[in-house]
Amino acid sequence: MASLDRVKVLVLGDSGVGKSSLVHLLCQNQVLGNPSWTVGCSVDVRVQDYREGTPEEKTYYIELWDVGGSVGSASSVKSTRAVFYNSVNGIILVHDLTNKKSSQNLYRWSLEALNRDSSPTGVIVSNSSDYDREQFAENPVPLLLIGTKFDQIPETKRNEVLTRTAFLSEDFNAEEINLDCTNPRYLAAGTSNAVKLSRFFDKVRRLLF
Amino acid sequence: MSFFVDSVIMFTSQVLFFGFGWLFFMRQLFKDYEVRQYVVQVVFSVTFAFSCTMFELIIFEILGALSSSSRYFHWKLNLYVILLVLIFVVPFYIGYFVVSNIRLLQRQKLLFACMVWFTFMYFFWKLGDPFPILSPKHGILSIEQLISRVGVIGVTLMALLSGFGAVNCPYTYMSYFLRNVTDSDILALERRLLQTMDMIVSKKKRIAMTRRQMYQRGEDQNKQTGFWGMIKSVTSTQTGSENLSLIQQEVDALEELSRQLFLETVDLQATKERIEYSKTFQGKYFNFLGYFFSIYCVWKIFMATINIVFDRVGKTDPVTRGIEITVNYLGIQFDVKFWSQHISFILVGIIIVTSIRGLLITLTKFFYAISSSKSSNVIVLVLAQIMGMYFVSSVLLMRMSMPLEYRSIVTEVLGELQFNFYHRWFDVIFLVSALSSILFLYLAHKQAPEKHMAL
Repeated sequence: MASLDRVKVLVLGDSGVGKSSLVHLLCQNQVLGNPSWTVGCSVDVRVQDYREGTPEEKTYYIELWDVGGSVGSASSVKSTRAVFYNSVNGIILVHDLTNKKSSQNLYRWSLEALNRDSSPTGVIVSNSSDYDREQFAENPVPLLLIGTKFDQIPETKRNEVLTRTAFLSEDFNAEEINLDCTNPRYLAAGTSNAVKLSRFFDKVRRLLF
Repeated sequence: MSFFVDSVIMFTSQVLFFGFGWLFFMRQLFKDYEVRQYVVQVVFSVTFAFSCTMFELIIFEILGALSSSSRYFHWKLNLYVILLVLIFVVPFYIGYFVVSNIRLLQRQKLLFACMVWFTFMYFFWKLGDPFPILSPKHGILSIEQLISRVGVIGVTLMALLSGFGAVNCPYTYMSYFLRNVTDSDILALERRLLQTMDMIVSKKKRIAMTRRQMYQRGEDQNKQTGFWGMIKSVTSTQTGSENLSLIQQEVDALEELSRQLFLETVDLQATKERIEYSKTFQGKYFNFLGYFFSIYCVWKIFMATINIVFDRVGKTDPVTRGIEITVNYLGIQFDVKFWSQHISFILVGIIIVTSIRGLLITLTKFFYAISSSKSSNVIVLVLAQIMGMYFVSSVLLMRMSMPLEYRSIVTEVLGELQFNFYHRWFDVIFLVSALSSILFLYLAHKQAPEKHMAL
């Protein structure tokens, strides 16, 4: 049952943005009480229903691989991390809405994961002006953009932040979700966030079979 | 008039140093973080600027630039400012940022920050008691009290870094110590890592499925209560939750294993890169340097031991001694005053530049290793504190490297400190640090191939 339906999704982002809390929320439906630094990679599993409510409903597992570290790590860490990027079916890019640098670093993260065959120090861009949008339009791997710490943005700055993330999601040709990992109601069933999430997972699965 | 011109020159140079510190902060230290509190950047740049100004004043002293009275004035001014920053401003902000990180104490931030600062001052004052650093004729509130304590901390730091650096430098440069790592070793470890991750995944799938089934059957809501319930729960096998906790324990153990395997793989990759680097031309050059540095390191340890054992504190500086040797033993006659000035200038200049560069590089490495987005402000401020104390003490110790006529200004400005004590203290801590680094590196080196072999 398990080996045939293997769906592997990477969760990437700078350290401290909230990937471990997010993964915990997605898999255990609970808030992570004591987040600590992720060393290496931590995996968790989410049970998802494909085509829920239809006669073709099927249950499958999504493996969420939460890779720790920062985009400026030593090349030895990057080469070791590259081991986790094999046969990836989808990527969730996580950034911190209160920290602009973490959003900018997502370009480098996505290139690192998608260019795993070339050397880690080879094709890294340092700012978005060198960035090639066509590369992402033809990209076969579905991406999802998640912004965390939504509750920590003051009301006055919300519009500015949301415009910025809209640009980001256009660049990646991906859907975006903005939430707070310590509050499960953002992903409660029926919310637009939950719908986007299941659409993403369905897309990932459809491309496999 | 000349005082005004001198002040303008000093001020311009201070602004330049401030700018350099600002750039360094932005480009190197904080390149992966967003600067939200500009106070931190300003404090760091100010500390850097005033420390560099002190070095600049020493150079001016040797060169005889600017007039003597304005030099003295600027020395005093600089000293007061830097002591103010190191003892009042930086510790207060460290306390403030530490308190802001702790959620509980958010309300009364300022109050708690002041409390932290008072605790710091208490320990700072107590630090002076066990050391014979002052002559008794100084009062309680004199500047010498503060400088002496800052000096003790700074000299300890310098000696620790110096001792570790003296041992670590040849160890890193020389390829003799590199362990032999082949590609197949790395591939084998990576394969093990992936296998462990697969095992974790399959176990977690079982846990998730079991939990889902339990939820669907309503098993965990259906806890039987009452007398019959208790009897029933004893006899019927609670397969669900028992199995779960067992599998969860296995998962925890496997996750710990995966973390260790990851770290070992990183280690092997780093060693492999170093081996490749050592085959290049640059690598060979550094390897060669490494042999020289190891001899230098052994010599320094030997000298430190001699100084302590024979209770000897050098009276003359290297420049004058060198000149003496050349004049007396080699019989070469030259204008002593002229050359003494130039040689001291070059020597002191080299010492200053290498110590600034070395410290900044070490601080950057340290910062990258331990900072995270929450603690970056605190760590940068701690580094600014270390940097300030380090530079103040290097001025103190540099006095010994300068000929007598230039020492006087340092002695005048810093007051009647027991300079000999600082040199002795430096030798002791240097020796301790170098010997423990040798021990530490030896153990680490021995342990690694055994770990590697056991896989």
